[in-house]
Amino acid sequence: MNGMRIWFIEWIKKALLEVQEYVRMCVAAGTAMFSRPFYFRDVIEQIDVIGLGSLTVVLLTGFFTGAVLALQSGMTLDQFGARPFVGRLISASMIKELGPVLTALMLAGRVGSGIAAELGSMVVTEQISALRALGTDPIRKLVVPRVLAGFIMCPILTVVSDTVGMLGGWIVALTQLRVSSGVYWSAVVEGLFIQDVYMGIIKPFFLGIVIVTIGCHVGLRTSGGTQGVGRATTNAVVAASVLVLIVDFFVTRLLISILF
Amino acid sequence: MRAKSLAEFGLPVELAEAHAPVVLFDKVNLSFDEKVILRDVTFSVRAGHTKIFLGASGAGKSTILKLMLGLLKPDSGTIWVLGHRVDLMDEAQLMRVRHHMGMVFQDGALFDSFTVGENVGYKLYEETILPLEEVRQRVDEVLGFVGLAAHVDKLPSALSGGQRRRVAIARAMAARPTLLLYDEATTGLDPMTALTVDAEIVKLRDLEQVTSVLVTHQLRDAFYVATHEARRNAAGKIEIFEAAEQKIEEADFLMIREGWVAFEGHASDLRTSKDPYLKAFLS
Repeated sequence: MNGMRIWFIEWIKKALLEVQEYVRMCVAAGTAMFSRPFYFRDVIEQIDVIGLGSLTVVLLTGFFTGAVLALQSGMTLDQFGARPFVGRLISASMIKELGPVLTALMLAGRVGSGIAAELGSMVVTEQISALRALGTDPIRKLVVPRVLAGFIMCPILTVVSDTVGMLGGWIVALTQLRVSSGVYWSAVVEGLFIQDVYMGIIKPFFLGIVIVTIGCHVGLRTSGGTQGVGRATTNAVVAASVLVLIVDFFVTRLLISILF
Repeated sequence: MRAKSLAEFGLPVELAEAHAPVVLFDKVNLSFDEKVILRDVTFSVRAGHTKIFLGASGAGKSTILKLMLGLLKPDSGTIWVLGHRVDLMDEAQLMRVRHHMGMVFQDGALFDSFTVGENVGYKLYEETILPLEEVRQRVDEVLGFVGLAAHVDKLPSALSGGQRRRVAIARAMAARPTLLLYDEATTGLDPMTALTVDAEIVKLRDLEQVTSVLVTHQLRDAFYVATHEARRNAAGKIEIFEAAEQKIEEADFLMIREGWVAFEGHASDLRTSKDPYLKAFLS
């Protein structure tokens, strides 16, 4: 029983230390964004890696989510004779919730793991120490460009995902549900309020920051050689995915109280 | 040849005199959790001199280099590097001191996604406002110095272990540091390649007037660096000779054993030591 208590206290201590280090890294990155040196070239490079590199997976996810949503909701709406309203359901679901969350989850899997693996490898091969020895702050050189790229690209990718999701829904509505294009698109527009659009755009800014900062934090805290890099990669994906859902809930709650 | 004084390096120091200590450790202690790494470690390194740290693996030798760079902080004691109390400095302040230092890491720690040229010129590209043309010239110059000019566009993965160490030396020297730290620069290399790396260390110290701190457990390499010197002959070619007595005395050995300084002195003192541990280590 005593052993269990000691284990629990140690676990709490470790968890608090991780949170402390995470917050310290975020504060350091936030401060570094507004002072010199600023590695602009690295920001552009990361926008390319995080943004354009994730485009295919986001396009595919968004398209098929919209398509399957149309298929499933079409069957349900049929029970009420409301098949023409399928566009409303798709636009509301994609823009308010599925677009931001699914895009963020895809980025957590692709970008979060990539960042953790890359920075983790740099830690275990002493490249991070070498950077510091060469007079470069790893936060400025590695974390800030990734955070900015995540902050900028997550909303853009979400808009792309929303768009292709509604296109996927339209194709299914047209070919499977026999809903005309005019009816579908007018339902899409009718189903949306401007507050929904704001919500769908604002949330990805937070989610992008969460994914990238978790990847950077876990990567920079890697220890234990190549096995440690593997562990860090897994931890980054799990932590980022769970945090995406938690942050999504709280930001949604906040935005509802502000916007509606 | 006269060693540079700290004043000539343009550094803000009270110790600005010829052969002033470039590094000063005073009763430095460090532990990781329960494990004591360094106990009351005290020593100094004079400008233009060489300090060679010997000791078994895990004795705390590499930790001393990390403390000099400010990558680690001591639990107690004071550390002066180039006239700055690095144990009290924050990361931003340390960056300014590190601009005058270079370090060769144990496995090179080269940036594996950069070419050899980009690795060597990294500091000049990223941390200075030197025109690109001048950076390229300096990269070619230092790669020529370590005999790897033909490999400038290769990735580190395409080089042998010895070549990677020499690129690491070139990277460390590219920004003309005052103080160069070598962490096991020859460990794992075959004797001939290790000798090439040793020669680079000697050349840098004697021709570029860089104060050198070496960490190694390779006795052959340690004694080679301590007992040889580099000079340019009349034709401008670099040659390495057996060092004169005065030069040999500019190289100090320091043996670390279980965190303590077990020995400090010149090569001849080390060879003639009666201490059983030292004798066993040298045998």
